[in-house]
Formats: sequence, structure tokens, C-alpha cells
Amino acid sequence: MERVPILKIGSTLLVSIQVDLQDQSVQQLQEDVAERIAATGAKGVIIDITAVEIVDSFIGRMLSMIGSMSRLFDAQTVLVGMRPAVAITLVELGLTLDGVQTALNTEKGLRLLSGGP
Amino acid sequence: MVDVDQAKMAEFLRASESRILDQWSETAARGVNGRISPAELRRELAELLTLVASAVSGQDESAAGQLRAVLQELSRSRARQGFSPSETAAAVFGLKEAVYALIGDSGDLLPEYLAFSRYVDGLGLLTFETFVAAREQIIADQAESMLELSTPVVRLWDGIIAVPLVGTLDSARTQLVMEKMLEALVATEAEHAVIDITGVPTVDTEVAQHLLKTVVAARLMGADCIITGIRPQIAYTIVSLGIEFGDVPTKQTLADGLAYALGRSGLKVVPA
Amino acid sequence: MEDLPIRAGDDVVRVRQQVRAVAAAAGMSLIDQTKAVTAASELARNTLVHGGGGAARIEKVTSAAGRAGVRVAFEDSGPGITDLDLALTDGWSTGTGMGLGLSGARRLVDEFSLTTEPGSGTTVVMTKWAR
Repeated sequence: MERVPILKIGSTLLVSIQVDLQDQSVQQLQEDVAERIAATGAKGVIIDITAVEIVDSFIGRMLSMIGSMSRLFDAQTVLVGMRPAVAITLVELGLTLDGVQTALNTEKGLRLLSGGP
Repeated sequence: MVDVDQAKMAEFLRASESRILDQWSETAARGVNGRISPAELRRELAELLTLVASAVSGQDESAAGQLRAVLQELSRSRARQGFSPSETAAAVFGLKEAVYALIGDSGDLLPEYLAFSRYVDGLGLLTFETFVAAREQIIADQAESMLELSTPVVRLWDGIIAVPLVGTLDSARTQLVMEKMLEALVATEAEHAVIDITGVPTVDTEVAQHLLKTVVAARLMGADCIITGIRPQIAYTIVSLGIEFGDVPTKQTLADGLAYALGRSGLKVVPA
Repeated sequence: MEDLPIRAGDDVVRVRQQVRAVAAAAGMSLIDQTKAVTAASELARNTLVHGGGGAARIEKVTSAAGRAGVRVAFEDSGPGITDLDLALTDGWSTGTGMGLGLSGARRLVDEFSLTTEPGSGTTVVMTKWAR
């Protein structure tokens, strides 16, 4: 099972999710992010889903949970790189990704986290 | 649709296959006017006859399905070749004449013939239905093209796009608007989208839902929307229907929307 | 036509990949492909989580008007759905918060049918057409 790599940029953790992640990998990711936030005291998490083609309710919930969980550690989570097709599908599914903010790309995500315009 | 009596008819069809084909080809050829070669025509009809005999005999379960498929394909290909639906249906009906002419000789298949005749009528109608269905598909495709052309997305400024909506906002159009707007967000890296509804004739709860979907989709991609162009006439409808745009800012004109978006982007317009 | 078993999480991914392939072959737009695959993913997960496992049959279909599409039939021999109206209501979920995703999946596709018998499993068939 592949573990999603977690990088650190300053006080932000950067997670880049690749296509068709197995269910276990996503759940493992939740644990890993929690551990890393606790270990590093990171204030922000950016989850890059540029390469993700499908977000169903399971994956959507996992992403929301990562967000909610990060908040427990006083960290904000920003979801970046959502594909138009995925956004349209999520809206139709009626899935609201609570717990995470969104930005177009990593650069804007970092700006959002640092409180920029 | 096929009952036990038809076994006799099926046998007759198989036994007299060649003669039936001769008659049928002749009748069908009249309607074809040389657009199809006699050999090709005979081949088409031979395939149909074999399938009809199988379907009518009731022994081969898959024959009816195959016959349906072949007839649908025949209808489509004839349509492509420029035949009218009546011409294609008439070609199928020709089978009835051919069989009747030959039954005349033996006479004892007359009762079966009635049921068979109704059966062939159904087959002819199927080709007509297929033609209509294909036509309707073309109309739908054209409607979609028109929809495409009437949904522009404009870049107003760095990071600000405008989506002027003209016409009714139904689910088909909403889908298209979302697609184009989201793609524009990616292409221009915009964070603000001004959705102008001046050209939308009515705003009821359904339209409001569609608008909301569009706003949510934009948010998922990190962009905020501003709704502008709410005319006095529809303002009343919106309020009386209890529609609330929640935390989505609304402005009267597109210009107001632009000014607002500029402000949110940390920009200000000053005299030169 | 492809028959895929749904016994583990990996199988859900396989179903997605196969549905994607067929939808693309049917000439579906990217957005429609995404909707079809996402719906299939929801239903495959249901089969796994609530149906105790089962199978998916994926096939390319053609309409009377000549349009191509993808049809997926999910079958399980699980407990069945006792309150259908509730299951098809938005936002309904069972215990673990996993949700049945049925109503969502239904919105994503063109044709949707569900047959269930408490105690003898559920069959769900979804169809999406290329435009």
C-alpha cells in the first residue's frame, strides 16, 4: 500500500494525492497528517487534488475529516486543484466539503493560509 | 405477439423463401428507384426474411431481438441515404404482398396470414419510429450547439471573470454555464466570478437552485461569486418566494459587481 | 461486457477503471464520464459495505436513436434495504456516517432502477448516455 507523502513548507504541510488512491491509503493519510501536525506544530495543511479524477462521497468525507481533525490541532486545511469535472459532480452529488477551505492552486492556497487577499 | 399458429407460417416462409424474395425484391425495387443495386437489395431482404421466419417460428428467442436491431440499422442507413421514412416502411410492407401473392396458391394459410400481416405492420412501424428517434436526436444536438454559442465567459480583469446569462436558466444550461465558468476559472486563475442575470427573464426557486449550484461549484474551486443584474421586476418575485441568496453578495449592475470584486482583490480605481 | 466481483476496496477501484473505459469508448464528454464513474463508485461501495459484497456487470449500450452509453448493474445478496424511501432521501446515512449515496448517484445518471427485498439482496442498475 502506498503512503501519500507529506512535505513541509515552513509551517504548512503539503499533501499531494495521486489518482485512484486505495481506500486504506486515504485512511492511513488521515492518521499520518494528524501525526505530522502534532509533531511539527504545523498551522496549515494543503491537500492538492489536481491529479484526482474522481471524488465520491467516501473520499469527500475523508477529506472533510482531515480538515476537521486538523482544526482540533488548530491548523487550517485548504483543498487545492479541484478539477472542474469533479466540482460539478460534487455539486450534483450534494456533497458539501465541510471542514476544508478551497483555493485554485497551491500558490493561492498558501496565500490563503497566511491570511493574504 | 407470436403465437403457436405462426409455426406454420414460419415453415411456409422458409419453404418458399426464394419465391418470396423474388416477389419482395420486385416490389421493393420499385420504391428504391435505383438508389440501391438489385443485388444489394435482395441481400438485405434475404437477411430480413431469414430473421422474420426465425422470429415468427417462436423457436429462436434471440431472433426477435436480432430482427429489431437489423431493422433499426436498416432504417438509419436508409435515412442516411436520403430515403423518406415512408419509403423505408413501404419496403418492409412489401413482404406482406409477396407472401399474400404466394398464399393465394395454397389458400389454407389465410387465417395465419392475418396475424402475420399485423406482425409485419409492426415491423414497418418500427422503422418509422427509429427514423423519428434519430431525427429528434439531431434536433437535440442542434439545440445544444445553440446553447453553447449563447454562453460566453468574459475576463473582466486580472482574477475577475464575468458570466452574463441570457435566456432561461434550466438544468441543461446550468450544466453548460458551470462547465464554461469553471474552465475559465482555471484558465484565468480567477478568484471572483460576476454572474449577471439581467438577461434571465424569471427567477423562481428552480432558477435560484441552479444559481446556487453554480456558486457552490465555483467555491469548490476557490472562487467567490457575485450575482448582479437583479431587475426590480424579479426582485419582488425573489422576495415573495422567500429565496435568499445567503452569503452570496448581490449587486444591481455588473459595474457594481466589478467594483466590489476589485475591492475584494485589494484594488481600487482612481482618476488618472 | 464485463463482470467484476466486488469483495474488497481494490475492487471498487477496478469498477471505476472499467466504467471509465467504457464511458470513454461511448464517446462521453469528460464531465459525463466523471459523473458515470463517480456514480458507479458510490454504488460499488454500497454493494461492498451494505450488501456484504457482490458483483458489477458493466456494458456498453446503444439507444434506439443510436446513442452510445454505459450501463452498470450492481448485485448483492445482502440484507436488502428495508426503508426504501428513507434510503433514497438526501443525506440519509446508517450509523457509521457512511451514507448510502443512492440519491446522489441517482442524480448523476440518466436511468436508475433499484430492486430490493429485505433479506434477499439488492440490485441497482444505472445507465448514462453520451450526449
